[in-house]
Amino acid sequence: MPLAQNAIVRRLLALIILLFVAVTGRAQDGNVIEFNRDILPILADNCFSCHGSDRQQRKAGLRLDTRTGLFGATKHATVIVPRDPDNSELLRRITAATGDEHMPPAAAKKTLQPNQVRLLRQWILQGAKYEGHWAFQPIRSFTAQPTTDRAASTEILDQLVEKSLLAQQLTTSPKADTITLLRRASFDLIGLPLSEAFAAAFAGFPPAFAYERFVDQLLASPHFGERIAIWWLDLVRYADTVGYHGDQPISVSPYRDHVIAAFNENQPFDQFTVEQLAGDLLPSPTIKQRIASGYNRLGMMSAEGGVQDKEYLSKYLAERVRNAAGTWLGITLGCAECHDHKFDPFTTRDFYRFAAFFSDIKERGLYSGANDDGNWGPSVKVPTTAQSEQLAEQDRAIEEQQRVLDTSTPSLAAAQAAWEQAQVTWTDIAPASMRAKNGTQLSLRADGAILASGSRPDTEVYELSFCNLPAGVTAFRLTVLPDDSLPNHGPGRADNGNFVLTELLVTTRNGAEKAQSITLQNPVASFEQTGSAGGNPYGKWAIAAALDGDAKGKTFGWAVMAQAGKPNVAIFETAADLTLTPGTTLSFTLEQQHGGGSHTLGCFRIAVTKAQRPIANAGVLSLELAAAIATKDHLRTAAEHNALATHFRSITPLLEPTRERIKSQAQQRKLLLAQVPSSPVTEAVARRTVRVLRRGNWMDETGEIVTAAMPAVLATNAPEGRVLTRLDLANWLISADNPITARVFVNRIWKLCFGRGLARKLDDIGTQGEAPTHPELLDFLAADFRDHGFDVKRLIKTIVMSRTYRQSSIESRAARERDPDNRWLARQGRFRLDAELVRDNALAISGLLVSTIGGRSVFPYQPKGYWSYLNFPTREWQDGTEDSLYRRGLYTHWQRQYLHPSLLAFDAPTREECTAERAHSNTPLQSLVLLNDPSYVEAARALAEIVLQQSGPSPRQRLDFAFGRALSRPATDAESAVLEALLRNNLAQYTNNPEAAAALLHIGARKPAADLDATLLSAWTNVCRAILNLHEVITRN
Amino acid sequence: MTFPSSFPNGIARRSFLKGTGFGLGSMALSALLAKNQRASQDPGKQSQMRFCGVIKPRHITPRAKRVIWLYMAGGMTHLDTFDHKPKLAELNGKPMPESVTKGQQIAQLQGQPLHCFGPQHAFRQWGKSGQSIAEIWPHLGTMCADDLCIVRSLHTDAINHDPAHTFMNTGTMNAGRPAMGSWLQYGLGSECDNLPGFVVLVSTGNFGQKQPIAARQWHSGFLPGQYQGVEFRSTGAPVLYVGNPNGVSTAQQHDVVSAVRSLNELADQRLADPEIQTRVRQYELAFRMQTSVPDLMDVSGEPSHVLDLYGTKGGDGSFAANCLLARRLAERGVRFIQLYHRDWDHHGAVKEHSAGSAKEVDRGVAALITDLKQRGMLDDTIVVFGSEFGRTPMAQGDGRDHHLAGFTMWFAGGGFKPGFSYGATDELGYHAVENPCSVHDVHATLLHLLGIDHQRFTYKYQGLDSKLTGVEESVVVRELLA
Repeated sequence: MPLAQNAIVRRLLALIILLFVAVTGRAQDGNVIEFNRDILPILADNCFSCHGSDRQQRKAGLRLDTRTGLFGATKHATVIVPRDPDNSELLRRITAATGDEHMPPAAAKKTLQPNQVRLLRQWILQGAKYEGHWAFQPIRSFTAQPTTDRAASTEILDQLVEKSLLAQQLTTSPKADTITLLRRASFDLIGLPLSEAFAAAFAGFPPAFAYERFVDQLLASPHFGERIAIWWLDLVRYADTVGYHGDQPISVSPYRDHVIAAFNENQPFDQFTVEQLAGDLLPSPTIKQRIASGYNRLGMMSAEGGVQDKEYLSKYLAERVRNAAGTWLGITLGCAECHDHKFDPFTTRDFYRFAAFFSDIKERGLYSGANDDGNWGPSVKVPTTAQSEQLAEQDRAIEEQQRVLDTSTPSLAAAQAAWEQAQVTWTDIAPASMRAKNGTQLSLRADGAILASGSRPDTEVYELSFCNLPAGVTAFRLTVLPDDSLPNHGPGRADNGNFVLTELLVTTRNGAEKAQSITLQNPVASFEQTGSAGGNPYGKWAIAAALDGDAKGKTFGWAVMAQAGKPNVAIFETAADLTLTPGTTLSFTLEQQHGGGSHTLGCFRIAVTKAQRPIANAGVLSLELAAAIATKDHLRTAAEHNALATHFRSITPLLEPTRERIKSQAQQRKLLLAQVPSSPVTEAVARRTVRVLRRGNWMDETGEIVTAAMPAVLATNAPEGRVLTRLDLANWLISADNPITARVFVNRIWKLCFGRGLARKLDDIGTQGEAPTHPELLDFLAADFRDHGFDVKRLIKTIVMSRTYRQSSIESRAARERDPDNRWLARQGRFRLDAELVRDNALAISGLLVSTIGGRSVFPYQPKGYWSYLNFPTREWQDGTEDSLYRRGLYTHWQRQYLHPSLLAFDAPTREECTAERAHSNTPLQSLVLLNDPSYVEAARALAEIVLQQSGPSPRQRLDFAFGRALSRPATDAESAVLEALLRNNLAQYTNNPEAAAALLHIGARKPAADLDATLLSAWTNVCRAILNLHEVITRN
Repeated sequence: MTFPSSFPNGIARRSFLKGTGFGLGSMALSALLAKNQRASQDPGKQSQMRFCGVIKPRHITPRAKRVIWLYMAGGMTHLDTFDHKPKLAELNGKPMPESVTKGQQIAQLQGQPLHCFGPQHAFRQWGKSGQSIAEIWPHLGTMCADDLCIVRSLHTDAINHDPAHTFMNTGTMNAGRPAMGSWLQYGLGSECDNLPGFVVLVSTGNFGQKQPIAARQWHSGFLPGQYQGVEFRSTGAPVLYVGNPNGVSTAQQHDVVSAVRSLNELADQRLADPEIQTRVRQYELAFRMQTSVPDLMDVSGEPSHVLDLYGTKGGDGSFAANCLLARRLAERGVRFIQLYHRDWDHHGAVKEHSAGSAKEVDRGVAALITDLKQRGMLDDTIVVFGSEFGRTPMAQGDGRDHHLAGFTMWFAGGGFKPGFSYGATDELGYHAVENPCSVHDVHATLLHLLGIDHQRFTYKYQGLDSKLTGVEESVVVRELLA
């Protein structure tokens, strides 16, 4: 051991060990029953469902999950009398003969085993010492002072493991061989196989420090952050799509890159936590802190029509409780959404008080229209340095042109005066009668505008007639107006204030004569809606559709959604001057056949003009501009002056070249900006009311209104006298007197290094989880982590430098018999690589891996049609090109509803919810992926190319070379014999079938090496396929 | 070619492997068979070639072995198909009584005037049992009315497609829980050595909005990945990655798989790691799937009277073709077969569209039931027919909106009472009022017929004994059992 060779370190360690043994050297009496370890699981499993914290389910008013309950009295007896099992009601009931007395009752379908009863009896005999639930207890300290030295921490770690092994009459396994150890550390710390460069560097270091230097190199590698990020992204449910319904894409990659960078820079976990939960609440948050705060916005979102805002707001809030509790606390607070937690001391009130921390987050329940406009709430653009510079350059150029546009000159002023002179004046006309066919009430507002009220039919036709009209009308103007009586202030009657004018007909009639149609032409409008125009043949909600005789469908017409609450106008020229002869009436028929929720007109009026045609040429003036023009120059306000000047400069031919330049520069800027990824951020707004929802029912408005608070059982030193914020929550999570966060964190890091946690259940440290096998070790590591400033790299180094980490993973016979699950760590773990790493490994072995860090998500090969059942919009995956095909798996586009099938096959989670632990399944679909997914076939071919180009010429030399790349070791004779036979068969087959060889070699985007013989390369490709399919290749041991 | 539904011993498997034309070689095969004798402790790892599930023995004597779930995705209107409401016809166009709708959750009709919308199709009594079914189901009515057990009193918790599907399949609206098919794989294991035990087929119709379907609907959630549903596709490779790479013949693929196995076995000799043994078996299964899946999908060997019955030649991805595949999957021992037909979201033109969707489905369903019956398989196969929710008695233009308070599902075979109707909605078809039946009750009842007590079928997740039927009380609807 390198450390032992250093005399100073050795002396220091000896001292610490002495100190440590003195502190922790309590008797290991196998017969001492510990409540948390031995008794609690029995009670939790068998009793708590009726005698736990759930008030609804509680029987006989008895609780066995609290100290008071356990040592209290029932009607007739005391539940537990220390040292007196025979007078303890609990023991009497569980040993009672069957019948009503017997517990648990038959209906509970639970049975206590005889040894469990024995344990309970012994515990009572020994004095029934009660401990609170281990995870909620303060972290116990085993050393007088925090260790200052990482090596000392490692030594304590090993001492604690070895002490437990001794108690189990087990011993540590021999050290793993160097190659295995380096390969293991490489996978664990950077998620990549042992590289030649690192192996060479290792060989060059002084032996005493070689491993430590190697570990330092891994920790300093930019791939370290990638490895840890894979794990973190599971917890915080990072994905590239919104998850619900249409599962539309959303740009989130800067968040992912931020996480990678934070772990690479070794940002202390306490700071990291604060920025994730409340980066936006920090004083003048940096862009990084804002991106980090995007954590709160990584949950699923919906744009499904018919979704009720309130329901989904409550879904999002509940999910945040589940996620934050799962990510930092490892507790299942989510269970308390509908009922008090059955096993842990969390109440429904705790759940909603926790939820209230997040009630300030700006968001929508229904992201209506987001599938079209991509607006999924607040986000920040995150340009690269180069992009920032380009954008600034374009801004400067645009600004310069804008100055030209804004500068008044005499010639412009003269031209504007002339233009104002030429503007059209309009006269409002009052209807003689009004009628709505489907029941709407039409009346005149005080200002003469027509207002709809009463019944709100889905479709409608208004008929207006006019008797008086100025002579020689050249155009009509329809003005739609807001009104406070209308939904969303109008001007329409749909819920969002919109309307659709599907057709406009104007006729004249004299007495009983046949009505004459008036031809209208050149319609223009001040605004035409472009949103939600997916199926619209005009590509927008165009005014032209109101004059087309419904040629392209009767449901299309003029609409103005984005301008709800504002006035707008539409102008129609008459083809010929119109003068009403006496006795003639003019009729307007306004068809509104869109349906889909009363898209009818709410408030509007009609005006006419006698100005010379073309009326529309100068564009349509808004009502404000029209009013400003009608006002004498010297009476206009400054705002009116400005508005007129701005408008004039936007239309005058004099400035056309300047405008064109701005337009094209703006267009370029827009294109560039589209390249810049954005990231969702948290913005705090006024808090929404949070109520306790009975049974989680979001429609129930009778529950208590609650404010933010930590779960009562865990709360310590909460600030008082003010409303608590997310910042308070974050600070509480990482405060010195919160024992949970550090325990949960180190337990999960331990899992990354051994395949299993010290407490096995990574997602539940509550009473239903498993108590840690090494509680002292867990507490020591948690305290050490906390006391050293939540230094993640130090924690990991403490673990991977240990003897425990460095031992072999091969099971000894003794260990297999005594400890088949390796709970006592008599050997290292062996487990399959995580999904992303399975492919990263193949790419690295074959030399295809492009190791760029960060950036937008990428699209490696995926079978065609895999997205067939996505909609709104329908999509087809487009395979990426060039380098983007060979990036690490954590950059693969994460489609929640249809995760890349080869990731899914290897148990990558869909990230719809917090995932603390991935399964490690072993399935035929995994075999199919490794055998047939083009990514792996191409990797095999690329490996074959390197083999043929770089190794010696004999088959054995080549196999050893390939094994060296794939497994960091040569092939054995037996392995070589199998693969040489495979090679011979394939050579024979491809010699006779060059087409097949060519077909195999052209799988994947990369062209095969031209200098290699196709037969040889294709035969070796199949040999390399066999190698890449080996269990050993995808196993970290 | 009909496969035995399982391979009870090594001999049968041997003959199957020979039948594929390139046996694995006697040495390899004997090694393979020897492996089957070894057992592993972990139920999730297959202790034999075939995993037999954690419920051993069954809690209850099972009536059925497998489920074929015909899932009318989008929300089939119950009012125009299986739940006749003359009163609704009477009130057509009149305002919906506020007493019915007050405080109720409504989807797209939120805040709009609510008017009654009468049934859009005539109903008839069919069969000896006189089942009341709309005339748009002529094949089903004529051929199968007396096989159906119709439940008209379903209600669900979710009113939008995505969460409603998730609720129907996993028993909760939150993502991350196993689908029923995955639960069954875990509980009962597989009866099939060369196909996955949970297969999903999807067809897309020509009516209604094409609502998305998430792969979450057949995900194994917190159960290990081997219990996941596998989608069989009608275009491209029927199962993802099931085809050999271009330029690799079946014999060559076999050589590669054999080499992998030999090398893995060498590693196993060094390490005796059960994971390696499992890996070896998974490669065998994968290799067999490469043959058995194309064989399954190729219906050219079906006699013409069978193809005529279904009205398909197969291979076109239609619902009828999938019904035929469902029968072939059932024959091969696949436990849970789910057919989605994406077609039933009829917000507009419900009259024309429900008729259109029914026409796409009617013949295939009737053929499937008839075919199963003729083969004696209906006795131990449960056919489930239904949607994630129903549709409103209120008009949405000339369509209907999503509706959660009352809708219809029906069942056939596998121990369900044939020619039977159960439960009812109110006279307007709004609320399930008579014998209301929750989604969890459906799950509990299906599990019961498969031999499982839903209350005892749990998996520890996040500290809870999680159940398909959730936390709330749910019951086996015994009235439905034959």
